[in-house]
Amino acid sequence: MKANVWAGRNRLEIEDVPDPRILNARDAIVRVTSTAICGSDLHLVDGYIPTVKKGDVLGHEFMGEVVEVGPGVRNLRAGDRVVVPFPIACGACFACEAELYSLCENSNPNAGMAEKLMGHSPAGIFGYSHMLGGFPGGQAEYARVPFADVGPIKIEDDLPDEKVLFLSDIFPTGFMGAEMCDIKPGQTIAIWGAGPVGQFAAASAFLLGADRVIVIDRFPYRLRRVQRTGAEVLNYEEVNVLDALRDMTGGRGPDACIDAVGMEAHHPTPAMYAYDRTKQAARLETERPYVLREAIMACRNGGVVSVIGVYGGFVDKFPMGTVMNRSLTIRTGQCHVQRYMEPLLDRIRAGEIDPSFVISHRMPLSEAPRGFELFKNKQDECNKVVLTP
Amino acid sequence: MTDRFARALGWTSLMLGTAHLAAPKAVARLCGVDDAPGATTVARLVGGRELLHAALLLGAKNPAQWAWTRVAGDTMDLGVLGRAAANRTGTRRARALAALGVVAGIAALDAACARRGTAKAKGPLQVRASITINKPREEVYRFWRDLENLPSFMIHLDSVRTLDQRRSHWKANGPIVRLEWEAEIIDERAGDLIAWRSVPGTGISTAGLVSFTEGPGGRGTVVDVSLEYGAPGRKLAAAVARMFGEHPEQQVRDDLRRFKQVMETGEVVRSEGSPEGHRALRQLRQRPAQPIGGRA
Repeated sequence: MKANVWAGRNRLEIEDVPDPRILNARDAIVRVTSTAICGSDLHLVDGYIPTVKKGDVLGHEFMGEVVEVGPGVRNLRAGDRVVVPFPIACGACFACEAELYSLCENSNPNAGMAEKLMGHSPAGIFGYSHMLGGFPGGQAEYARVPFADVGPIKIEDDLPDEKVLFLSDIFPTGFMGAEMCDIKPGQTIAIWGAGPVGQFAAASAFLLGADRVIVIDRFPYRLRRVQRTGAEVLNYEEVNVLDALRDMTGGRGPDACIDAVGMEAHHPTPAMYAYDRTKQAARLETERPYVLREAIMACRNGGVVSVIGVYGGFVDKFPMGTVMNRSLTIRTGQCHVQRYMEPLLDRIRAGEIDPSFVISHRMPLSEAPRGFELFKNKQDECNKVVLTP
Repeated sequence: MTDRFARALGWTSLMLGTAHLAAPKAVARLCGVDDAPGATTVARLVGGRELLHAALLLGAKNPAQWAWTRVAGDTMDLGVLGRAAANRTGTRRARALAALGVVAGIAALDAACARRGTAKAKGPLQVRASITINKPREEVYRFWRDLENLPSFMIHLDSVRTLDQRRSHWKANGPIVRLEWEAEIIDERAGDLIAWRSVPGTGISTAGLVSFTEGPGGRGTVVDVSLEYGAPGRKLAAAVARMFGEHPEQQVRDDLRRFKQVMETGEVVRSEGSPEGHRALRQLRQRPAQPIGGRA
């Protein structure tokens, strides 16, 4: 089959690789019908993540049709249409029972590797380095889906791929970012980062009852896109964000702040640096570590700082004094996608949101390398690329 | 105890090193060598060396062995101070001799610590690991008690055959040699613990204890494993571990992770990068994350 394969730093190749086969009883093989490029894929491509190997199949946002199931899968059969969540989760461990699916204790066969760098291991993730499992991704014609009886959600009506594909990652991720803000009527939510995740966070904040949403970015085309959700925007290259937010909120600050950017951490020790890079999955291109600090400084007293931008390691000059003295709450995590798929699918069915609004480019899988170029370099107002095998 | 002793020596090194670097002249005067032209330089060098000792003794996982570096440093200092005392008279000679006495005392402590450290390193190899499994204690215990199940998650084991209630025959397949030995259960409390050891003279000297306790608040079962490889087995165990490219401690942790997967999900979880499931060697030499060729 054809797959988008990492061939070295900044080199992607469409290669012929073997078709996947069942390795565990609870596997399913899915014929991929749509897959997307995520901001976090860029860091893999850039070669900043050392546990990515030549030959790795990329991609963690995908959906398709079940073609084969292992003997342990009873809820799916060939022909079912499914969206696959990016964290792999067993459904039976302590974390899964607590619906903390991205922390599944069983799904990372390379837990020892992650443990050395992070203390404890999170769940395995499709196409996202060997430290997180060494699972091939979904930018391919077929993909093996472990624990297929737990993760994938069946799409039984005629909703097109484009409306449901983003249930695999970015819609739930943005939604969880907003949900963690514990939004109450009349509240103002500020969001750093107007990439696809920031856009979903903004839309979700409104769905959850926010009065106002203010999004901060520097790319005018992305700010224009997020304005369509009803959000107000600030370009941080033009205004002082702290001053502007204070002015816009009667001097009090936003009730909650969402960091949908993440950060590029650096460390002189190669191993620590590697660890930092691995967890880094900024949805926007940014070299600036001050987003988290700024979100903390901006937040109103007693408010919530919700971090969905991915962080790697150790934050320097972290303003703990303001967190403590102003009773801020910090909430964060890789999205527990499985928890959100069903309720968000209901919202899509009910017409409350059409997630396809983030798509800017559609192309065949064979053009994935070009899609990465456009997305990485923000060419042609690239916002979100959907690939079809 | 030995470790605390070694750490205390580490702190001593830190203090001495700091003093040497901050006030080299005062140190030279105390030792009666302030008349020598290079005295402050030497004091600074010794200070730097002391900081190195401190780093080793305070930073190392098994610090006691590193006390040998202090013994070497002491020997050097004794030589220097001895010569200084021999070449001097009056107050300076008295000071040099006093310093010599102090260093000799410290050297005795260092040597004692270093010897204890070496003895500890040569003793039986002990490894411990712990994991929490989201299943009732009885079920977890029963699976382990059927020793023939062990190879399903202990990847280095080929097979375990039960001979009778107590005795069993174990086979392990290394990349180079094949190991076989007999083990017997020496203590057993249903649902609580199993202790076993290899039968003497059957090729390998090892003993193990696994205990099962209920996690707090109904959180499944806590499994604690401790293994010991005795003097003859220790080298063998280390050699086997090396053949597999793994540290014994890592092996046990990986085994327990697989045990948890088998209990909670029904089998060992595999990825294309690690088709065997958790295994330290695979963590070093991953397959690419792309499908494996050929039909199963």
